Amino acid sequence: MRALEPWVEGPLQTFLDESSARLTLLMTSSGQVVAQHGFNRSLDVMTAAALGAGIGASTEELARLMGSPKFEALVHHGARQSCMLAGFSTSRGRWLGLVVFGPETSVGIVQLFFDQMVQQLAAAAPRDQAVAPKLPENFEHELDASLKALFGR
Amino acid sequence: MTEVQAVLERVTRVAGVRGALVASAGDGLVVAEQLMDGVDGRAAAALAGSLVSRLVRTAGAAGRRIPEFVQLRAERGSILAAPGGADLVLVAVAGPDANVGLARLEMLDAASRLG
Repeated sequence: MRALEPWVEGPLQTFLDESSARLTLLMTSSGQVVAQHGFNRSLDVMTAAALGAGIGASTEELARLMGSPKFEALVHHGARQSCMLAGFSTSRGRWLGLVVFGPETSVGIVQLFFDQMVQQLAAAAPRDQAVAPKLPENFEHELDASLKALFGR
Repeated sequence: MTEVQAVLERVTRVAGVRGALVASAGDGLVVAEQLMDGVDGRAAAALAGSLVSRLVRTAGAAGRRIPEFVQLRAERGSILAAPGGADLVLVAVAGPDANVGLARLEMLDAASRLG
């Protein structure tokens, strides 16, 4: 497990221990990766983050069209593995969690401990740090730096 | 009243039982619930569903029949679970003073009607 910000590590590690998730990606709603577990290649992380952010944006727009509040979670059930995409609010803005899990656990367990992680992240988030604006000219540099930090190279 | 609601009604009528729910064992999601305030049905369904699924798999791996009734005793009460048909499990949250024997009989009868 690797996280760009140290305060994310504790809640995420607890979630991983309790839920038995195979892969987990925490990202901003624009697809900027905050933490990952289980991915071996940076390309996979970039692809999953981009797809997750796209799905998150699509479902939020669908919810808006239907006059509903934001969807909390989207679950795809598969025969060998399933995935859950869930959005949540943090002091740093809206984040998304993408979790891939197998039959060794259940969607109920994953959702239960994901909600617990969200509460722990809210409690652990530093209050006094301003969020730096995301500028297009910095995007590539930030992406490279994030991937190096997440994969240690 | 549906069959599932009738099942929950019977179980929660037992003295000391603080609530009952029917969960999908594989998914750990609540199908129906009748719980007192302060009992987290989502957590009970997820954890009891997971427990029962693992016990069923363990019994199968050991060449034994699937468990009919599970009692998890704790300091301040018990979690009771009875697997039914169609991957459903009947779960009851019982206080320390609950009549577990009667709850067991009601749950075994009720679980046989599920699925």
